[in-house]
Amino acid sequence: MSKKITALTGNEAVAYAIKQINPDVMAAYPITPQTALVQKFSEYVADGLVDTEFITVESEHSAMSACVGAAAAGGRVMTATSANGLALMFEIVYIAASNRLPIVMSVVNRALSAPINIHCDHSDTMGARDSGWIQLYSENAQEAYDNTIQAIRIAEHMEVRLPVMVMQDGFITSHGIDCVEFIDDEKVTKFIGKYQPRYPLLDVNHPVTYGPLDLYDYYFEHKRQQAEAIKKSQKVVVEVGNEFKQISGREYGLFEEYHLSDAERAIVALSSTAGTAKQVVDELRAKGEKVGLLKLRLFRPFPYQEIIQALSHLKAIAILDRSDSFGGFGGPLFTEIRSALLESEKIPQNVNYIYGLGGRDINQVDITSIYADLENIVKKGKVEERIKYLGVRE
Amino acid sequence: MEKLIEVRWHGRGGQGAVTASKLLATSALAEDMYIQAFPEYGPERMGAPIQAFTRISKTPIKIHCHVANPSIVVVLDPTLLGVVDVTDGLTEDGVLIVNTDETPAQIREKLKLKGRKVYTVDASKIAQETLGRPLPNTPLIGALIKATGLLSLESVLADIEDKFKGKFSSKIVEGNLEAIKRAYQEVKGE
Repeated sequence: MSKKITALTGNEAVAYAIKQINPDVMAAYPITPQTALVQKFSEYVADGLVDTEFITVESEHSAMSACVGAAAAGGRVMTATSANGLALMFEIVYIAASNRLPIVMSVVNRALSAPINIHCDHSDTMGARDSGWIQLYSENAQEAYDNTIQAIRIAEHMEVRLPVMVMQDGFITSHGIDCVEFIDDEKVTKFIGKYQPRYPLLDVNHPVTYGPLDLYDYYFEHKRQQAEAIKKSQKVVVEVGNEFKQISGREYGLFEEYHLSDAERAIVALSSTAGTAKQVVDELRAKGEKVGLLKLRLFRPFPYQEIIQALSHLKAIAILDRSDSFGGFGGPLFTEIRSALLESEKIPQNVNYIYGLGGRDINQVDITSIYADLENIVKKGKVEERIKYLGVRE
Repeated sequence: MEKLIEVRWHGRGGQGAVTASKLLATSALAEDMYIQAFPEYGPERMGAPIQAFTRISKTPIKIHCHVANPSIVVVLDPTLLGVVDVTDGLTEDGVLIVNTDETPAQIREKLKLKGRKVYTVDASKIAQETLGRPLPNTPLIGALIKATGLLSLESVLADIEDKFKGKFSSKIVEGNLEAIKRAYQEVKGE
């Protein structure tokens, strides 16, 4: 193992990435539900290690408002939040995307109230999935660090110019110590490049207005353009991932396929659960079982064509959702994947598991049981219960 | 070393169980092993029973679930025995290390524990004598590496000295190193 590896929490790893990015402005709410990520970054500010204008605001609504103002003015802008903090930001989250402001936000995925809970699930960012932000999910602290750096390039790409949120699992990743390998400061600086603002408010020789009244005469056209812009970002996510490999040696694409190409049964999951699933795949593969995993990294835009290609050869798929869509037909990830698969000539049997709400543990035994369920589905040739709740007392 | 070692630390809020879980991890990292360390987050209060965990492996650690079957359990506070089921899920060939002035046989009797290995060391007394405070966490790391052979004493001492010297006075650094050495020598097993 390289000596460059350090033991850090996901929060510390992302704070370090933000230090290396050295944004012009970081506006953040400094109290719970905020995490230690911002506290760590504030130490870099206090120690004079960054040039960032660090704005501590009175609410997340104000945090995102300050980000919108600073980004419209022409700055490279970042923020961080979690759970109810993201919920409180909601109004301005849409405004950031609709104004095409390339803000990068680190989100520690945690459950929403009520009841009060501080642990991991994905309800917070799944609620923001239609806000126009690009969404990258991270399996561990290393990916949270790497995705934060790549997010700057994706957001600021001239064909994208959209905000990006980078997720990591609350407590599991954010507060757990893991092995992280940093990239040298100079390499990060070179990789992200100098920020080129477009139409900055502070360019007084070229005055512009952001977010004026836009009624039924043009609003729809602007929304249509926004839909096109986020679609285009998918190609950029891949390009930036390829370039990132050259400075890090680590591969990033739309999703990671783990023993998937020759698998018959597979799980689709986001974030830290995918890591635990990899271990189960290793163990079942050692016994000769043809199982695999698709770990989705990019949830917005949703790379449906590539997902169809990666999944259509399977006999059965279990889609794991760490959030519920109350009253909907399955969780958000399930809905997307099942809908995408309708485009496929051959549709694998598919089943949805809602799991892990409020930090309920999902372990190797749980994941092994899912692969066993899939085996039964393959044998019977049908799914008896489409939407299941895993690991809950009923 | 087997593929993945999982350690569970039982303490009370304020005794340094979380710090111990991290220190063991970083010492293992210094020996080029892969690590994870995480506490059980709940309503932490000074004096309330808490748990923390360390994972150590020669290969990258993929799993992110709770530790259900630790092969090593360390109890920082003997008053937890009987209050918390400290041997819950402990593997058949697992090791239990308790901070107590009692003998391993007495602890085994108290817990009605069959199989496994039991080690005891009076870490609070050692800490009181070397640090002037009954903080059992660092000496228990010394006891753990002696009982399990997981890491070498020299590398743990070097790593902890390295970690502590920028943060604490030389008296505290020396005290901790002495506490680790003494617990390493004084731990008794059966």
